[in-house]
Amino acid sequence: MIADFLEFDFLRHTFFTGLLIGLIAPLLGAFIVVRRLSLIADALSHVTLAGIAFGLFLEKKVLGAIITPFYSGLTFSVIGSIFIEKLRTVYKDYQELAIPIILSGGVGLSVIFISLANGFNTDIFNYLFGSASAISQKDFFTIIVISIIILFSIGLFYKELMTLSFDEEHATVSGIHSKRIHLLFIVLTALVIAASIRIVGVLLVSALMTLPVAASMRLARGFKQMIILSIIFGEAAVITGLISGYYLSMPPGGTIVVVSIIILLLSISVKRFNFKRGELEK
Amino acid sequence: MSKPIITMSNINYAYDNKKVLKDINFEVPRGSFMGLIGPNGGGKTTLIKLIVRLLKPDNGSIQLFGEAIEKYHKWNKIGFVSQKSNSFNKGFPATVFEVVSMGLTAKIGYFKFLTKKHKNKVLHAIDQVGMLDYAYQNIGNLSGGQQQRVFISRALVSDPELLILDEPTVGVDYENVKRFYELLHELNEKRDITLLLVTHDTGTMTEHATDIVCLNQTLHFHGKPEEYTSLSEAELSRFYGHPVNVITHDH
Ligand SMILES: Nc1ncnc2c1ncn2[C@@H]1O[C@H](COP(=O)(O)OP(=O)(O)OP(=O)(O)O)[C@@H](O)[C@H]1O
Ligand SMILES: [Mg+2]
Repeated sequence: MIADFLEFDFLRHTFFTGLLIGLIAPLLGAFIVVRRLSLIADALSHVTLAGIAFGLFLEKKVLGAIITPFYSGLTFSVIGSIFIEKLRTVYKDYQELAIPIILSGGVGLSVIFISLANGFNTDIFNYLFGSASAISQKDFFTIIVISIIILFSIGLFYKELMTLSFDEEHATVSGIHSKRIHLLFIVLTALVIAASIRIVGVLLVSALMTLPVAASMRLARGFKQMIILSIIFGEAAVITGLISGYYLSMPPGGTIVVVSIIILLLSISVKRFNFKRGELEK
Repeated sequence: MSKPIITMSNINYAYDNKKVLKDINFEVPRGSFMGLIGPNGGGKTTLIKLIVRLLKPDNGSIQLFGEAIEKYHKWNKIGFVSQKSNSFNKGFPATVFEVVSMGLTAKIGYFKFLTKKHKNKVLHAIDQVGMLDYAYQNIGNLSGGQQQRVFISRALVSDPELLILDEPTVGVDYENVKRFYELLHELNEKRDITLLLVTHDTGTMTEHATDIVCLNQTLHFHGKPEEYTSLSEAELSRFYGHPVNVITHDH
């Protein structure tokens, strides 16, 4: 079954992109979940949608536009992330307020650009729910570059990110530059979302970042173990989801999320099972 | 005389319009074990937060290790256990080892990793608070007192020159409180670590501290433990604003 994927160029790009986002989405998702910022991923994905709609509008109305929807989405996502960070410092005691502001802003702009670009079409549908046949070679290389940036940054700042996520007050007092690390973190999130949207779609990208983490959280001992397990679950979901989506002609976003949920349910029941056994042994 | 580790001059602080600290002047000399006591709401935690720059004074100045706090940057010389450290994010699936290693993050610095030496240090710090058996357990699964011991260990691991502890032994059982004070005593005597400890347990504290400060908006008392214990009840209740009994070992 995988053979098909490796044979055709466009599918091969999709498959390897899938492997990359199966790695980077849960990796960053681990930090997002433990900081209880899962909704930020949703807010940013809607901002990315606005960027994509803007790119589609340019493509349609301005001949020879140089920015493709992928790049305008990426740009919007990064700007949106910086904006969220700003709002979070303005509303210090209501940090979650940044999320609905950004989310509704993203949806509002998307609607405007979509209607300017003459309404819904298949392109938009693909961006909302993901598509297995949409990765151009250029997009593919950009996603490779993004993945390298993510892996390097997380590798280099792993201890700072973990320290800050666990106890922000302690991190600040011990002399870590919390503001800069925050900013780095949120920009990385924006990059991951922009990279993942082609395959899983705007509406489901946050699921790929959070569901594998939710599943591994219940099983792992320690943060590092949780990250590793999340990535394994993420990859499993992406590979199974992509292949089954392709053969069933369904948007891969849907199949990937369904597989993630099955993994989550399995992890809950495994935990139950262990728990019960543990009780019997006593 | 070497410079004091902490100097506070004419410090005032108010939350919105509520004055909490008025004209605070005091010094923590190098090598001292300073006990900070006072009634609930007396402003102890606020004072500590000013020192670790979680808050900024309305006026007055603070010096750390002889440097103005605005310019001070060697924060890894200061270990801190906050009063609220038991209200951390319990869902965070970090092992005790991981939590204590976070105490080294700033000290190791950017772009560097935990080496074998650091790992041994972490294990040693965990051992110091008697939590070695739990090193690879998730912190969320421990009891409140055990968690508190882990946070103490996190403050110790970076070999601080100044340890600031805001009611660190709340929820810790008697045996471990005793052990903890012995540890503090040893750190103070043998390793010359300066200590600033907030506590309501004045009985145990007067046995170990070298200086005692009593805070209720303003400084009401600043002196040696012997002087403090020889205060009459009338004087004490004046500091607290209500009658008090000197707490002795009532465990
Ligand atoms: N964030 C805040 N906003 C407004 N007022 C505050 C805040 N934190 C503390 N206060 C007030 O400041 C006063 C001093 O509080 P602080 O926490 O410094 O007291 P404390 O001496 O540490 O008390 P305790 O022994 O109970 O820990 C209290 O009256 C409290 O109500
Ligand atoms: Mg307090």
